[in-house]
Amino acid sequence: MNNVQTVSKPTPKDFATDQEVRWCPGCGDYAILKCMQRILPEIDARPENTVFVSGIGCASRFPYYMETYGFHTIHGRAPAIATGVKLANPELDVWVVTGDGDGLSIGGNHLLHALRRNVDLNILLFNNEIYGLTKGQYSPTSRIGTKTASTPYGSVDRPIDACQFALGCGSTFIARTVDTDQKHMPTVFKRAHAHKGASFVEIFQNCIVYNDAVFADFTDKAVAAEAQLHAIHGEPLLYGKEKNKGLRIKPGTVQLEAVIIGKDGVTLDDIIVHDETDKTLASLLVNLERPDFPMVLGVIYANPESTFEAEIHKQIESVKAESGKADLNAFIRQGRIWEVT
Amino acid sequence: MESSSLKQDQRSQASDLESMVVRFAGDSGDGIQLTGSQFAVSTALSGSDLATFPDFPAEIRAPAGTTFGVSAFQINFGSGVVKTAGDEPDVLVALNPAALKVNLPILREGGLVIVDTGTFVDRNLKKAKYESNPLKDGSLDAYRKIEIDISRLTLEAVKDSGLGKKDALRCKNLWSLGLMLWLFGRKRKPIFDWLEQKFAKVESIRDANIAALNAGHAYGETTELSANFTGFRIGPSELAPGTYRTVTGSQALAWGLVAGSHLSGLPLVYGSYPITPASPILHLLSQMKQFGVVTFQAEDEIAAVCSAIGASYAGSLGVTSSSGPGIALKAEAIGLALSVELPLVVVSSQRGGPSTGLPTKTEQSDLYQALYGRNGDAPVPVIAPRSPGDCFFMAIEAVRIALKYMTPVILLTDGYLANAAEPWLLPDIDTLDPIPVTQRTTPPEQGRAFNPFERDPVTLARTWAVPGTPGLEHRIGGLEKSYDTGHISYDHENHQKMTDVRQAKVAGIADDIPEQTTEGGEQSGALAVVGWGSTYGPIYHAVIRARAEGLAVSHIHLRHLNPLPRNLGNLFDGFDRILVPEMNTGQLVTVLRDRLLIDTIPLNKVSGQPFKISEILDAIRDELLAKAAE
Repeated sequence: MNNVQTVSKPTPKDFATDQEVRWCPGCGDYAILKCMQRILPEIDARPENTVFVSGIGCASRFPYYMETYGFHTIHGRAPAIATGVKLANPELDVWVVTGDGDGLSIGGNHLLHALRRNVDLNILLFNNEIYGLTKGQYSPTSRIGTKTASTPYGSVDRPIDACQFALGCGSTFIARTVDTDQKHMPTVFKRAHAHKGASFVEIFQNCIVYNDAVFADFTDKAVAAEAQLHAIHGEPLLYGKEKNKGLRIKPGTVQLEAVIIGKDGVTLDDIIVHDETDKTLASLLVNLERPDFPMVLGVIYANPESTFEAEIHKQIESVKAESGKADLNAFIRQGRIWEVT
Repeated sequence: MESSSLKQDQRSQASDLESMVVRFAGDSGDGIQLTGSQFAVSTALSGSDLATFPDFPAEIRAPAGTTFGVSAFQINFGSGVVKTAGDEPDVLVALNPAALKVNLPILREGGLVIVDTGTFVDRNLKKAKYESNPLKDGSLDAYRKIEIDISRLTLEAVKDSGLGKKDALRCKNLWSLGLMLWLFGRKRKPIFDWLEQKFAKVESIRDANIAALNAGHAYGETTELSANFTGFRIGPSELAPGTYRTVTGSQALAWGLVAGSHLSGLPLVYGSYPITPASPILHLLSQMKQFGVVTFQAEDEIAAVCSAIGASYAGSLGVTSSSGPGIALKAEAIGLALSVELPLVVVSSQRGGPSTGLPTKTEQSDLYQALYGRNGDAPVPVIAPRSPGDCFFMAIEAVRIALKYMTPVILLTDGYLANAAEPWLLPDIDTLDPIPVTQRTTPPEQGRAFNPFERDPVTLARTWAVPGTPGLEHRIGGLEKSYDTGHISYDHENHQKMTDVRQAKVAGIADDIPEQTTEGGEQSGALAVVGWGSTYGPIYHAVIRARAEGLAVSHIHLRHLNPLPRNLGNLFDGFDRILVPEMNTGQLVTVLRDRLLIDTIPLNKVSGQPFKISEILDAIRDELLAKAAE
């Protein structure tokens, strides 16, 4: 839209609607909402060009609270609807808000294909390992043995890891962050926004009512430094309060090993330097399991490629350029026609 | 005696329209006469009357690949009495370029030509005296063509037989025969029996021929080729003056959607997932990128409709298309589109159901699905083209209603219309009415909030504000919305009001569609034959014949099924009885009873075949002669 007008730079308040936020008190979603309202002015987002598309679930109420364009759609289908939005208008800045049930269960297929096609979407998956809106059933990310309303004896099916899934789908950007980390989350959102193509962000989000503290083993302030590894491109993969722990390739294997610098002859030179364009490294990082390894957060993988909608429109433009002015009257008169008098 | 002979004569006329002429052509060494005669045997065993015409060169072995070495076999078959081998073939199987060259001139406009692409190499083209490849230079534009590398597929099918390449290739007549048996629903058993007998002593040849026959048959089945393409032939004297071309329903529909995009000035975004018999629309639109058409082959039916909804949300013309099973999957999303009141065109190409049913056979059994197949009180306008050419105009009508009323619209076509070709009087796009579209760009007055559900007082359509427009940022969703603000509302009175307004909006479209008229016959009389969709052809001809017999019958054909034309009840009041032929178990009958409180007489057929003129004519006679005499 070429509506040229002098407008003042929006503030976080300009991105908040007058609607009463209806998540449970203490829900991790509040922090994510605040963070989003905070970063949009910082990245020069325009409310009129920003669209939030969501599916169904607690997370999917998100668009109602953003003073932008918003579409609260149906269960699991947000990536498909957002794909249509981008096909119609590639200029729009489209965020998809989904959850572990919405994105990985009922909508798994659409998430797969949005990532595979590399549609220029910023996809935020709020993972709380539970169905909140339907009152506490286990989800596809719930760990084995999770006791819920629908699994009173504990769930038996194997969970999926969101980032492993995204990587397998051919995602060109994968990151992880934590709802309560107001320092880290904005940097991840900004990177996701800057990435052209499908950016996949998994946010560990605490459901205070149905699955409280499920991520506490690495999100609690007391343990965070020891349990989280913040991957930064070009820097060694170090963690711990003293930054004396790190990841190296276990000699003689293609596996990672958590090591302590200065112990067993390990030096800083042994620690892998994070290369976010290295898919093999990304695949090793998202496969690390707690508690033997730290939870890897930050931008794990980023390797831009041409976007789906850009390729689609490029093809249309090239056909247009080749065929000259399109004339439907002439088009339907191609081939054999005849006169009846 | 006299009346019975009259009847006999009329039936034979009907069969002229319903018979099919198939011509096999190839090199004289291709075994064309064997193929043709075996097809004739299986056809005869299926109960069809037939006449055949072997047409082969005088030379026993004319030089291979030349035009004078072409051998052909023509067969005319039909349900009634068939007296001749037919004039113009409806189907031509051409096993090499020379066979195409010799036989194409007699194929009727819009006929089907099946070619063995494996033989269209430079050497053969030269022998047939083709300057350029007719498969690529547009020579076949006036026909439906199916290009198959029959040579390669035959070699593949018989590769375990131990035959050399030359002998193996000679099985391609059996491969083609297998395909034609599939296309016309003929049995393979008589051919197996014949092969068993003929090649009893040469097992390898027998087995290779059987393998080729089965492979051709399986090819038709797995690629879901359909024989629903004949169309009803109309004599040149019945055509209005003007420029014509042949058009299939799929072509006309695709072009109509592009015309709708052109007339509204909105880019077309077409989200679709392949399904028989709807896929040709996707193929055709993907060849129209010069018109700015975006085609999106989605990961599934749900994503297809959702992408179209997303495109409409962002200000384009979103269209999706499928057949019954796919429409079932789209149901929830269609409900979303009507709840958020976004324009959306849903094309449903009906086929035999339920479930996977009969993908290549035609049926009209998804009327209920279109009218009622959603959760909640979810009214959707439903329209149905009546002929291949009408698909063009009804596609434009679907676009018009969707944009004017901000609603999903379902266009019900079927497998028969999709594939059938007919001569079509070409419209002048420049003279068609533009479709006005209003996308709001002015922000609300200072201090007032924008309500995206503010309505046009006449059409009740909501305001359309497209992302990218400053000052009109808003949120929509599938939750109930407040009539006054557009925000989420759980208020019970509001839900009543919103439900009522959604109903009233769709019902009000009745004021904006043409009044119903009769297609043929008086505005009143003893009997009206009421149809919708692709039954137009047989009803039209049956009524003409019945009237020629002096029967007081009229033809009424509905193109708008929801809402129905305002005057329909009054029009029906002028008739003593109403006969409703449908390719389902009586869906329009119950709809008419529901809406108009009238009882109609059902005439139902769900055999996967279109109605025959004679079947409808017999039903008319039955109502007006037999029952009247009782």
